[in-house]
Amino acid sequence: MNIEYASRRLANGLDVIVHEDWRCPIVAVNVWYHVGSKDERPGRTGFAHLFEHLMFEGSAHYARGYFHPLQEAGAALNGSTNADRTNYWEVVPVNALELALWMESDRMGYLLPALTPGKFANQRDVVLNERRQNYENRPYGLATMVLVGALYPPDHPYHWLTIGEPDDPRASTLDEVHAFLRAYYHPRNASLTIAGAVDADRAFALAREYFEEIEPGPDVPPVRVPLPALAREERRLVEDRVELPRLYLAWHTPALFEAGDAELDLVADLLANGKTSRLYRTLVYERRLATEVAASQNSRELSSFFQIVVTAAPGRSLAEIDTVITEEIARVQADGPDEGEMTRSFVQAEAHFVQRLQTVGGFGGKSDQLNAYNMFLGDPGYFGRDMARYRGATAVALRNAMRRHLSPGTRVAVSVVPSGHLELGLPGSRVETRA
Amino acid sequence: MAADRSRLPAPGPEPAFAFPAIRKHTLGNGLQVWTVEHTAVPLVTLLLLVPAGAAADPAERPGLAALTGDLLDEGAGDLSSIAMHEALARIGARLDTDVGADATTISLTALARFTEPALELLADLVLRPRFEAAEFERVRERRLHRLLQLRDLPQAIADRAFVHLLYPGHPYGHLAVGTEDSLRGMTLDEVVAFHRRAYALSRATLIIVGDGRHDAFVEAARRVFDCPSATPDGIAVDAAALLLPAAPRERFALIHRPAAVQSELRIGQVATSRHSPDYHALLVLNMVLGGQFVSRLNLKLREEKGYTYGARTSFDFRRGPGPFVLQMSIQTDVTADAIRESLAELRAVRAERPPEDGELEMARAALTRGYPRNFETAAQIARAAAQLALYELPEEYFSEFVTRVREVESEAVRRAATGYLEPDRLVTVIVGDRERIRPTLEQAGFGPIGEISLP
Repeated sequence: MNIEYASRRLANGLDVIVHEDWRCPIVAVNVWYHVGSKDERPGRTGFAHLFEHLMFEGSAHYARGYFHPLQEAGAALNGSTNADRTNYWEVVPVNALELALWMESDRMGYLLPALTPGKFANQRDVVLNERRQNYENRPYGLATMVLVGALYPPDHPYHWLTIGEPDDPRASTLDEVHAFLRAYYHPRNASLTIAGAVDADRAFALAREYFEEIEPGPDVPPVRVPLPALAREERRLVEDRVELPRLYLAWHTPALFEAGDAELDLVADLLANGKTSRLYRTLVYERRLATEVAASQNSRELSSFFQIVVTAAPGRSLAEIDTVITEEIARVQADGPDEGEMTRSFVQAEAHFVQRLQTVGGFGGKSDQLNAYNMFLGDPGYFGRDMARYRGATAVALRNAMRRHLSPGTRVAVSVVPSGHLELGLPGSRVETRA
Repeated sequence: MAADRSRLPAPGPEPAFAFPAIRKHTLGNGLQVWTVEHTAVPLVTLLLLVPAGAAADPAERPGLAALTGDLLDEGAGDLSSIAMHEALARIGARLDTDVGADATTISLTALARFTEPALELLADLVLRPRFEAAEFERVRERRLHRLLQLRDLPQAIADRAFVHLLYPGHPYGHLAVGTEDSLRGMTLDEVVAFHRRAYALSRATLIIVGDGRHDAFVEAARRVFDCPSATPDGIAVDAAALLLPAAPRERFALIHRPAAVQSELRIGQVATSRHSPDYHALLVLNMVLGGQFVSRLNLKLREEKGYTYGARTSFDFRRGPGPFVLQMSIQTDVTADAIRESLAELRAVRAERPPEDGELEMARAALTRGYPRNFETAAQIARAAAQLALYELPEEYFSEFVTRVREVESEAVRRAATGYLEPDRLVTVIVGDRERIRPTLEQAGFGPIGEISLP
C-alpha cells in the first residue's frame, strides 16, 4: 500500500508533488511552510499562527479576503499552525485548480504589499478572541501551557504554545512581522502538493507557471537545540473553573520518525485508547476512579512528548489515580503487552493507515501526508515505510520503549483542580498562577 | 511562462459528477437495506438508522434515548462489554453512536475484508444488547459525570438554556444528553422498554457503503439481519414533535458566569422542518447571513470589528419545526455591541438590505460548485443516504440539488427572510459575567433581561 506520486523541484527551490486520483472531480492544493512556533522567540510568540490568519487577508494582486473567490468557485479551504510547520489547503472542483494555484502563489510571493496595519490590528484582535475561546474561557484550557512550560526550559522553542502569549502580538511592530515573513514564507522553505483528478504533466506545468517566478528566499538553517531532559519529576498545580480534577502526565520521548516513536504511539493505544485499553479498564471500567482517560505520543520534529490525561470521578483524588497509572506502566514495563493486545494493535494500525487514503485534501488527506513526509524526511513516498514501522513493532520493542522513556522519576505532572481545592492535586506541586 | 496576475483565472467548464447509485432492498422483517459500491479504498461503512432520537424521550425522561444508545456496546449477544470491544478492535472497526433529535445512528467503519463479522457485531449491538444492571449503573454514572463537566462549558450551558427557552414543553426542548434529575430517576426497565419500541427493524434502514458488490452486501445483510423483529410496529413518529411550541417565557435571558472573559451568545427562533418548501431558499439565505466565512455576520463581527473568533448561523432542519440559531463567543467588554450588530443584521436582511444579486450568486455558487466533495468517503456517502432515509426524500434528491439551488430566486430568499427571521419572535441567551455586561445590556435597551439558571 502506498500513495503514488511524482515530484520535481522548481528552479527557485520549491518542491512540487503530484498525486493523481480520478474518483471524484476535485483536486486538492496543499502548501506547507517549514515554520511554526518553534521559529519564534520569547517575547514574540504567536507570530507563526498570527501569520496564518494574515495569509487569508489578501496579497498584492488580490488585496482582499481570500475566502470570497475560492468559496465562490466551490472550494473548501483552511490552514493550521503547529510547533513545527504551517499548512494551507484548498479542495476545489477541477475547473478551479488554476484559481487555487494563482492565489497560493500570490500569497507566497507577494503578501507584504497588501499587509496593512489595519489588517494586522484586526487579526490580532481575532487571535486574542481565539485564545479566549479555546484556552482562557475553556475548562482545563490553560493546562497544556503549564505542561509545556514545565517540560521545556524557557529558551527551548517548545516552551510556549502556538497560540502564543497574549501580550506579544500587542508589543510587536509591523517591521518585525515583515522580517518574519521574509525569513520563512518563500519557495525554498515550502512544499506544494497537488492531488486529485488532474494529469500530472498539466499539474507540473501549472505549478511552474504560477510559482517558478517567485524569489527563492534566504536559506533557513535548521533549529538546533539540545535534547530537553528532566532531572527530576516536576509537579505543577493550576486552579480552574472545573468540577472534576484532572491530571496531565508527560515524558520526553524520541522525535517524529525516530526509533521508538512508532512504538510509543502504539503504547498510547495500548494504555488508554478505547475501551479495551489497560487504563480505561482499570481506572474507568473496573475501579471507577476516573471518568475518562487518554494517551498520546505527541510526535514532533525536534523531540516528542508522551502524554496521559485522566479526569477524576467525583470524590476521587488524583494521587490514588496516579498510583494506579504508575503501577500499570510498571506492569507493562515488566511483562510487555500480551498477544491479544499485539494482534489488535496491528489490525488497528492497518485500519488507521487505510483510513488515511480516503481523501485527497484537507487536514490529514493524501496531499497533507505527502507534504509531511517530504518536509520532515525529504521523501514523499514514505507512506509504505511508515506503515512498516508499525508492522515491525514487537511486544519487546514496546516494552523496551516504555522502560527507556516512561520513568516515574523524570516526568511532568500537572494537576488541574477546582478553584479553592488545592488538596485535590498531587502533593508537593508548585502552584501556577497564570491567566 | 509567467503568470498573468492582472486578474483571477476564470473557472473552466464545470465537471460532470455522477452521484453514487443506491440500490434498495427490503428484508422479510421490514428492514430496509441500502447498498452503495464505493471501491476506492478497502473499507466498508455500515450505518443503521433508527428513526427515533432525543425527541422520542418521554417528557419526564430527557436523556433516555441517549443512554440507551450508549448501552448498546456495553455487552451484547454472547459478548461482555470488554469482549465486544476486543472483537471490534480485531477487525479494525471504529464505532460511533449518534443520538440526534430525530434519529439514532449507529455506524461502524471497518476493513472491507471483515464486512461479515462487522455486520454480525452490528446486529448484536442493535438487536441483542444485554442491558445488564451493573453496566447500566456504570454508564448512567458516567453520563452524570459528563453533565457535571458540561456545567463548566459555556457553549454547552448556552445550548441547553437556548433549546429549553425556545421549546417549552416540546419534544425538542432538551438536548440528547438529558438532565441530572432525569438520569438519576431512570431505571433499567425504561431503557429496555425504549429499546424494544424504538429499535424495531421494520422502521430502520441499514446502509452499507464500501469496497464490495451490491449482491454480496445484501446477501450478508440478509444472513445476519433477517430475523423476526421483536416489535413489528416500533415507535410511530411523535406527533408532538411536529407541532409548533408555545411562546417562550423569556425573550432575553442571562446566565451568570463569574469573571468570564467572553460571553457566549445564542439568538434564534423556531423556524421550519426538513419538508419546508422553502428549504433551498433558506439554505441560500443562511449562506448570505452567517453560513460561511464571507457571510454578512462573520465579515462584520470578526473581519471588521474583531469582536469574536467567528460568528455563524444555521437552520437545523428536522422532522418537526427545527431552530434557527446565530452563535458566537464575544469578548466580554463588547457584548452589548456585538448583540446590537447581530440583531441589526437579522433585521436588515429582511428589510432595508435584502440579499443583493452578487451575494445570492455567491451563495448559490458556494452551495453547488463544491457539492461533489461531500461524496468522497464511504462514511460521507452513508451519512448522506441516511438523510434520504430519515426524511423520506426522493432518490433524485442528490442529482437535483444543484439545479434546485440554482433556481432559487431573490424573491424566494426575501420571502424566506421575512417568514423565518421575525424580530419579535427572537430569543436571546447570553452566558457571561453579569457584573461586567449587565449595565451595558440594560443601556442598550434590548428589553427586559431575565436572569435564569440551568434547567
